Amino acid sequence: MARRTVTVASASGLHARPAKLFVQEAVRLGVPVRVRAGERTVPANSMLGVLSLGAVQGTEVTLESDAPGADEALDALAALLSRDLDAEEALDA
Amino acid sequence: MPEDGHPNPRGSAPGPGAPGPGGLVGLGVSPGRSAGPLIRMAGPPALPSPRPVADPAAEVATIAKALETVVADLRRRARETADATAAEILDALAMMADDPMLREEAERHAHGGHDAPHALDAAFAHHRETLAALGGYLAERAADLDDLRHRAVAAALGLPMPGIPAPGHPYVLVAEDLSPADTAGLGGEVLALVTSLGGPTSHTAILARGRGLPAVVACPGILDVPDGTIVSVDGRTGEIALGLTPEAAAEVVGDDRRERARLAAGKGPGRTADGHPVKLLLNIGSAADLRPGAEGVGLFRTEFLFLDRRQAPAFEEQVAAYIEVFAGTGHVVVRTLDAGTDKPLPFLGLPPEPNPALGVRGLRVDRVLPDVLDTQLDAIAEAARATGATPWVMAPMVATAAEAAGFAGRARSRGITRVGVMVEVPAAALQARELLAEVDFLSIGTNDLSQYTFAADRQHPGLADLLDPRQPALLKLVAMCAEAGHAAGKPVGVCGEAAGDPLLAPILVGLGVTSLSMAAVCVPAVRDALARHTLDECRRLAAPEG
Repeated sequence: MARRTVTVASASGLHARPAKLFVQEAVRLGVPVRVRAGERTVPANSMLGVLSLGAVQGTEVTLESDAPGADEALDALAALLSRDLDAEEALDA
Repeated sequence: MPEDGHPNPRGSAPGPGAPGPGGLVGLGVSPGRSAGPLIRMAGPPALPSPRPVADPAAEVATIAKALETVVADLRRRARETADATAAEILDALAMMADDPMLREEAERHAHGGHDAPHALDAAFAHHRETLAALGGYLAERAADLDDLRHRAVAAALGLPMPGIPAPGHPYVLVAEDLSPADTAGLGGEVLALVTSLGGPTSHTAILARGRGLPAVVACPGILDVPDGTIVSVDGRTGEIALGLTPEAAAEVVGDDRRERARLAAGKGPGRTADGHPVKLLLNIGSAADLRPGAEGVGLFRTEFLFLDRRQAPAFEEQVAAYIEVFAGTGHVVVRTLDAGTDKPLPFLGLPPEPNPALGVRGLRVDRVLPDVLDTQLDAIAEAARATGATPWVMAPMVATAAEAAGFAGRARSRGITRVGVMVEVPAAALQARELLAEVDFLSIGTNDLSQYTFAADRQHPGLADLLDPRQPALLKLVAMCAEAGHAAGKPVGVCGEAAGDPLLAPILVGLGVTSLSMAAVCVPAVRDALARHTLDECRRLAAPEG
């Protein structure tokens, strides 16, 4: 079982645009990944699941997968979570 | 003064194309005329009684197909819209409808013996509860799930998709009321809006004015008019004529185009026919709303910059946003953060209230979170220094002279020289003279002032007549403020939706108002309306009859 623990960096937490980018990336990678925050574990490709974690900036989340390609997928998703995607949006605007 | 309590408070002399016996009248909320075939927006589907399920696999297939239909429809609309914000909203909705947890939940209910529509309904209800329980931003997403639920259930029942029709030709859109999710999908085919519910400050009205679409609300009879009937809509008088010929409809559209071209050709500052100046200003939410043609900004709604934030916007970020606006226009009235009933600011973390319209909102937030106003005033002062601008700064929801004095002291101690307060509650209007002893200007927010004067929720669909800005009690409060301003030699503006109404603008000027602040789209018609009346005529329009 591959596992990464990261702290959510986005100012708005894992909601709105950051959640959308995260789920889109999980869908694109196509590797089944689970996200755990506290007691709750949800599939990374589920927008409703990811939102329901209620993760805010600073929340520690764990990504897990035992599928082929897990390490690369977890690295990519962990990297996404540790960036402040809201700040990047502000730069875009 | 207009007659009181009449169901159509705008009942002026019928204009050209007035409805005959077959016509309808509602409340005109966005000026302009148009005509074309009417299409009713399908409402949320009703769930029929559950039917016994013989083959769960067939229900599972129906569920998959229904969700695919919803996703495909949303993705198509996202591709077709020219509005980047709308496309983003539609894409996010499509992702939710495409959610694997949602589909699995629905399939589980199907295997448990539910038919497809009931299984979908139960799955959406489950996720809705989860999000609603998390509160704040996520609770607002629960409303998105309701919209998706209606779409998916309709698809499973083989009913037309609820939401904005896309027939492939121009049409007049008819609905009970429009939600933000509906309006995100509003395309270029829509000629005009008519709703059976809604009032002058409803979402439909604000959206229509923002887009320059003629709109009539509070017109219950419209839902009985069959699809395809050619109707004309007058968004100024509220009149709707039924059963036009295609030729007559084309004539209405042509007349409207010529009238808009004539108004758009008007230039220069606001003036009555005899040259009395009235500043025409813009209501904006950010620098992106700035437009040429007005004389500055009369209402910079700073909370719109930070509506979706979970954390308080930092000093530096605020400075940057304010600099962008100050650099883009000469005269700006900044309103400090106005957290309220209809626009909670999640980053404030305020607890829910049993009666939020009467609770801790506007300047009252300062009672519990003084740092927020301090940071904002610091940021405004810094942006002013950086640009050399002299912003006017005002506080929302002020009720007493003591509150006004406290706010003015905080602002002036930072070097802000033009300090004002909004008049949104009757208490403030009644104390206009005392408020003006403390501050440099007043700005009347007619939307909230109506709500609080008439004890009528501004979103309430059944109270549109009470919320009409022509109500004599409201105009009396405006007059009190304007008189106090005149006595003190200080400006008194109006920045509610009333200021952008070309019929009402001369009345407000006649009452003594010195500036009118409105959506950019309203400026040409208001400029034209003022230019057609002398100041004396404005005063006569405003004078109580008899």
